[in-house]
Amino acid sequence: MNPVYYLYLAALLFTIGGAGVLIRRNAIVVFMCIELMLNACNLAFVTFSRMHGNLDGQIIAFFTMVVAAAEVVVGLAIIVSIFRTRHTASVDDASLMKL
Amino acid sequence: MENLIALLVAAPLVGAALLLCGGSRLDRAGHWIGSLFAVASFAIGAALFADMLGKSPEHRALHQHLYSWIPVGGFRADVAFQLDQLSMTFVLLITGVGSLIHIYSIGYMAHDDRRRRFFGYLNLFLAAMLLLVLADNYLLLYVGWEGVGLASYLLIGFWQHKPSAATAAKKAFLVNRVGDMGLSIAIMLMFTTFGTFAFGPVLASTGATSQGRLTAIGLLLLLAACGKSAQVPLQSWLGDAMEGPTPVSALIHAATMVTAGVYLITRSGAVFNAAPDAQAAVVAVGAVTLLFGAIVGCAKDDIKKALAGSTMSQIGYMIMAAGLGPIGYAFAIMHLVTHGFFKAGLFLGAGSVMHGMNDEVDMRRYGGLRRYMPVTFVTFGLGYLAIIGFPGLSGFFSKDKIIEAAFAKGGTEGWILGGAALLGAAITAFYMTRVMLMTFFGEKRWDPEEVHPHESPKVMTIPMIVLALGSVFAGALFSVNENFVRWLEPVTSFAHGHSPLSATAVTSATMVVLIIGVGIAWAMYGRRPVPATAPRGSLLTRAARRDLLQDDFNHVVLVRGGEHLTRTLVYLDHSVVDGAVNGTAATMGGLSGRLRQLQSGFVRSYAVQMLGGAAVLVAATLLMRGV
Repeated sequence: MNPVYYLYLAALLFTIGGAGVLIRRNAIVVFMCIELMLNACNLAFVTFSRMHGNLDGQIIAFFTMVVAAAEVVVGLAIIVSIFRTRHTASVDDASLMKL
Repeated sequence: MENLIALLVAAPLVGAALLLCGGSRLDRAGHWIGSLFAVASFAIGAALFADMLGKSPEHRALHQHLYSWIPVGGFRADVAFQLDQLSMTFVLLITGVGSLIHIYSIGYMAHDDRRRRFFGYLNLFLAAMLLLVLADNYLLLYVGWEGVGLASYLLIGFWQHKPSAATAAKKAFLVNRVGDMGLSIAIMLMFTTFGTFAFGPVLASTGATSQGRLTAIGLLLLLAACGKSAQVPLQSWLGDAMEGPTPVSALIHAATMVTAGVYLITRSGAVFNAAPDAQAAVVAVGAVTLLFGAIVGCAKDDIKKALAGSTMSQIGYMIMAAGLGPIGYAFAIMHLVTHGFFKAGLFLGAGSVMHGMNDEVDMRRYGGLRRYMPVTFVTFGLGYLAIIGFPGLSGFFSKDKIIEAAFAKGGTEGWILGGAALLGAAITAFYMTRVMLMTFFGEKRWDPEEVHPHESPKVMTIPMIVLALGSVFAGALFSVNENFVRWLEPVTSFAHGHSPLSATAVTSATMVVLIIGVGIAWAMYGRRPVPATAPRGSLLTRAARRDLLQDDFNHVVLVRGGEHLTRTLVYLDHSVVDGAVNGTAATMGGLSGRLRQLQSGFVRSYAVQMLGGAAVLVAATLLMRGV
C-alpha cells in the first residue's frame, strides 16, 4: 500500500482539526480539535519515518504524545476553572485579555 | 598688624547683624550702635595707616589669610585679605566718609521710624565695600561687589512705600546685573587662563598670555566697571537711584560704591597695560561719559539729579584717567579721593537744604537760601569751588592732573581726549554754578507761608564742615612733593606723561574754560531771575532733561527688542518644538490605535492569525527552496 495515502489522511485530519479550532466555540470541542491536529501530525511523522527508512519521525511522535498528555492536563484544568467562574465554556466569552 | 585687617570688615558686619537681627528693642539705640561700628572700623583703619607709614614703601603691603574657602582639587578659593597702599586709600575713604555720613544720618533720619534698619543697611554696605577693596583675589572681590550691589538696592528702595523708589531700586539692581555678569565671566576666563584668580599670580603673568585673552578679560572688566560706576552704556540707573535717602546718595552713589569700577580697573592695571585695545575702550567710555553726565547735569532741575549727572561725569574723568595707563592711575585715584570729599559734601549739603525745605528737591522752588542756611551755604560753596577746580582747592589739583595726562596720551588721541576733558571742565563749571545760583542766590521762589527754611542741627552740619575741610585741603596735601603719586607708585606704577602742552598752558586753559563756564551760568541764572516753572528749552535741553534719551533708547532697543525676541521664541516653541513633539506623539498614537485592533481578546481570531502566520512561513520556505 502506498504510504502517500497516509499523508493524505494526515492532511485531511489536520484540516478538520484546524477548521474545528477556528469555527467551534465550545472550549472542549476546540480542545479535541487541537488533539486531532496533533495526532494528524503524529501520523505524518510516522509515515515519513517509514518512507525514509529511519526512526526519527517515530521518536518525534513519542515526544508529541508526551507533550500532548501534559497539555491536556493543564488545558482541561484551565477549562474547568473557567467554567466554574463564568458558567460557560464558550471561548468567545473569555475575551478579557484585550486593550 | 595684619590680624587687624579682618576686623576692619568684621566691625561693620557685626553692626549690621546686630541691627538687622536685634529687633525693635534696639530701635532707640540703633543709630548709635551703627555709627559706633563705623567709627570703630575707621579707627582700625587709621591705626593700620599709621603703621603702614612707618614702613618703607616696598614693604607696606600686608596679607592676612583667613581660611580656605573652597579647596577642591586644582581649584582653590581663599578668604584672604591684602592691604596695600591702594586698598589703604580706599579703606580710609570708605570708613572716614562712611563714619561722617553715619553721624549725619542720625540727624537726617531722625524722624524716620525705620532708622535702625537704615543704619543696619549702611553698616552692611560698609562691610561689603571694605571686603571689595581688601580682597586679595577676584572671587572674594566679587563677593564684596555683589554685597555693595545688594546694599545699594536695599538703600535706594529704603522708602519702599513710594513706587518710584521701589522701581528705582529694581532698575539699579537689574542694570548692575549686566555689569556683574561681565565680572563673573571675566573671573571664569581668568581661571581658565591663569589657573587662579589671586591678584598676585594673575597680574604677574599677563606678559606670557595671548593678547586676545587679555583683551577679552579687559573688556569684561570694563563692562563690570560700567555697570557699577554708571558709565555709558550702563549709566541709566544712577539718576533714578537718587530716590534713596540723601545720605545714601552721598555715601554710595557719589563717594564710594560708584567708584568701585575705577578701583577694579586700577587694580587690574597689569591686564589693561598688556591689552591696548581694552585700554582704548576704557578711555573712550570715560571720555564719552564725562561729557554725557555733564550735559545731563546741566538740564536737571532736581538738585540731587543734577549732582548725580555730575557724579557720572566726574567718574568719567577717573575712568578715562585709569585708561591712560601708568600716567593716569595715580591721578584717577587722587581724583577719586578728592571727589569723595567734595561730592559727599555737596550731597550732604543738598540733603541739608532738603531737610530745611520740607523735602523739596526742585531747585526752581529754592532761591536766596544763603541767608537762612549759612553753614550749609559755606560748606556747599566750598564743595562747589572744589568741584569746578577753583585754584588751590582739591578739584583744581586732581582734575588738572587728569587733563594734563589726557594731553600726554599723545597724537590725535591726546588732543581729542584733552579737548573733551577741557570741555567737560567748562560744562562742570556751568552746571555747578547753575546749582549754586538757583539754590542759594537770587529771589525766593518758595512760599514763606508754607516753607520755613532753617539751618540743620549740629549732628548734620559737623560732618559737612569736615568734608568741606577735606574738599579744601586734600588736593594741596596730595600734590605737595607729589605725595599721593609716590604713595601709590609701588602698587600702580607711575610714569611721567610728556604733554605737548606745558603744565602752565594746561592750567591756564583750564582757568579760561572755568571762567567761561561760570560766566555763561551767571549770565543765564545770576543776572536774570530764574523762572519758577521750567521753560521749554532747546532740543538739547529737552533731551538732557530726559537723560539724553537713555531710557527711551533702552526701552526701544532692549525692552521692545527683548519682547519681540521672546515672542518669536514662544511662537517657535509652540509651532516648531511642540509641533515636532506633539506630531510624533499623534503619529504613534494613531499607529498603536490601529495595532490595538489585532488584540481583540477572541481566542479564535488569534488562532486565525497563527494559522495565517504558519501558512506564510510554509509558503516562504517552499518559495526559498524553489529558488
